[in-house]
Amino acid sequence: MLRKRELNFWERIYLPEIIRGVAITSRHFFVNLFFHSAHRLGLFKGKLAAVTFQYPEQTRPLASRSRTRHRLTVREEGTPRCVGCMLCETVCPAKCITIVAGEHPDPNVEKYPVRFDIDLGVCVYCGYCVEVCPEDAIRMDTEILDIAAYSRDAMKLDLHELMDPKLRKPVAECKLKFPHQCKIHGNQTRGSWKAVYGEQTCAAGSLEPQD
Amino acid sequence: MPTLTIDGKPVTVPEGTTVIQAAEKLGIFVPRYCYHPGLSVAGNCRICLVEVAKSPKLQIACNTPAAEGMVVLTRGAKVEEGRQAVLEFLLINHPLDCPVCDQSGECDLQNFYMTYGLYDPRFKEQKVKKAKAVAIGPKVMLDAERCILCSRCVRFTDEVTKTGEFGIFNRGDRSQIGLYPGKTLDNPYSGNVVDICPVGALTDRDFRFKARVWYLSTAPSVCGGCSRGCNVDLHYVLDRPHLAQGARVMRLKPRFNPDVNRWWMCDEGRYGYKFMDQKRLTRVTHRGSESTWEEALTALAGWLARAREEGRLDQVGVIPSARLTTEELFLIRKLFQEALGLKNCLLDLPPKDGTSDGFLIQADKNPNTMGAALLDLSPSPQPSPIKGEGGGAGDGLSILQKALDGQLKALWIFGHDLVGLLGEEKTAQLAKQLELLVYQGSNENPTARHAHWVLPGAVYVEKDGTFVNCQGRVQRVGKAFKPLPGARPEAEFLVELAKRLEIQVQGRTPEELFAWLAREVPAFAGLTYEKLGWQGMAVNLSSSSRKRGSPIESGMTNP
Repeated sequence: MLRKRELNFWERIYLPEIIRGVAITSRHFFVNLFFHSAHRLGLFKGKLAAVTFQYPEQTRPLASRSRTRHRLTVREEGTPRCVGCMLCETVCPAKCITIVAGEHPDPNVEKYPVRFDIDLGVCVYCGYCVEVCPEDAIRMDTEILDIAAYSRDAMKLDLHELMDPKLRKPVAECKLKFPHQCKIHGNQTRGSWKAVYGEQTCAAGSLEPQD
Repeated sequence: MPTLTIDGKPVTVPEGTTVIQAAEKLGIFVPRYCYHPGLSVAGNCRICLVEVAKSPKLQIACNTPAAEGMVVLTRGAKVEEGRQAVLEFLLINHPLDCPVCDQSGECDLQNFYMTYGLYDPRFKEQKVKKAKAVAIGPKVMLDAERCILCSRCVRFTDEVTKTGEFGIFNRGDRSQIGLYPGKTLDNPYSGNVVDICPVGALTDRDFRFKARVWYLSTAPSVCGGCSRGCNVDLHYVLDRPHLAQGARVMRLKPRFNPDVNRWWMCDEGRYGYKFMDQKRLTRVTHRGSESTWEEALTALAGWLARAREEGRLDQVGVIPSARLTTEELFLIRKLFQEALGLKNCLLDLPPKDGTSDGFLIQADKNPNTMGAALLDLSPSPQPSPIKGEGGGAGDGLSILQKALDGQLKALWIFGHDLVGLLGEEKTAQLAKQLELLVYQGSNENPTARHAHWVLPGAVYVEKDGTFVNCQGRVQRVGKAFKPLPGARPEAEFLVELAKRLEIQVQGRTPEELFAWLAREVPAFAGLTYEKLGWQGMAVNLSSSSRKRGSPIESGMTNP
């Protein structure tokens, strides 16, 4: 417990302490004023003017293990690394992940997500999905912190934004080639494996496209 | 009758019993891959190792006959070390693609690894690659890499279906499961190989990637696909509507019943569950426009009450269905036949025709034909199929014929398809000449379009009840989940209708109705839901003159 300290005579007469306080504030004010003016003139650039970060122009460095907006890692040919095992959907304590799995033409991959949604309005950023993923398919390292939207629907990320963290809602055009439930086109299934692997690879019989 | 001691507990078993069966009798579980109680013993997986006193090496429990004075230990350091080593061998070439494997969650490799394995793998060489994701039949997918060569599927197709599609080919670590050249796995029981496969080598194409098995809830039920009434477990998901286009039922799995289906079920029944979610009726409609249950109740009770006053009840026809539960059929009999005194309340439509194979599949595709017969609602337990196509002049069509002749003014149908029987034109004409045509059923069907009143019913897993199978066995179907919003169990509506007509009904729930049924019908005397349990009981057939159905064979007789 913090005991209230008895003030001494100098402090009790009040006025000197007031003057001391005003002096501290004024010193900060004039120092900051000087450095801000100097920065404008291009001087003393190496010295920080105020301790405040000028967000969003200036961002604080994040700890390397901090959890930020999710992303899905992508294979070379532009399909998600995710195999739709639904472990993240299972482990998610907020139940913000929705996965529908589909058949991948490559028998060594077999399964992939036709739909993968994360509702950021519900997500609690616990990072369990990243921990549990056996394929390193989901990560929370985009360093995107400014997640805000005007509607609940706009908080729902789908394959488009998750596979390309640069994209923001509303996504104008669908660039995913593989078959997926496309939110941009009214949840219709869009894309084909031929577009991913090319006609010839598919025709060679090593892959059996199902579309 | 040798007496042996397993884990310190003595047990006496018949001659020829194996140690694993004796342990089972004591409730001691011995892990197994290749051993299956319904198949011959192969003894090749070696996971069921147990320690037998005075024997220098561990013995396999599945192929060691129980002997007098035998002392068996199913656990202990030596046994566990042995099982761990067996698992390490079995997993050498296993691909460990659990994330994509549909079996994970119910896989014995996973389960036993967690119990007996937990070793650091020492295998540093390249795993042998084999074929993956091969569709070996319309229902089954093969992944040869995941197979541990337990040969259960080989023995199943050899011994139970006697179709012999499977074989093990090549030698050593290259040996793999496969089909004989030119064969496809398309026998009517092919889905069972998925159940008996202890690993993910054989998976279900219908269930493929639909859901993870740990999402599934399970409810005991009975297959409604034919009059055999195989015991099943219904696997369903209610809280993840994004899976399988919002379907609730994900799959059926056979449930062991020694008197009905043993461990098996046919593919027709196994994949015949889709009607529970697809094309369901969920709205009460009156001549094409939406109505409510209250309006339907008022209108129908009013019509029947007026007919009763005017003495026109012989102009009302009711055709119950052998797809309804026994409780509902009994209520229909009580309400329409006895209380209202309808003469035309009989299940005299031809049954859905099919073929029987002498094993599980029955020709009669209705699950409760026997129940209707025991309640005297059908002319005979196997109504003769009508001759010729949809002409409507067959012997079995008396009520419909009367309706077509204009003798009836009202017709109440439970789930039957008149369009299939009479044709579109005649049904439309029938609807025009009747004052009242009520269709009460769970699924959309062309007849519902013509009916004046459409009352959406519940499928049998949405309501409790019993079916009586072809052997005369009363089996409880159980309630897995609530009916779809808008649909209502038939019995619930009929009880309310009886209340409106001031007819005394002794019970509202299926259980109360069954108790009433047991009091009134001698064949069901003394039966309760509690006594039936989940394995069912035979009806008291001596009280009726019905012939008993054939008991189950151990396998298909005519492959």
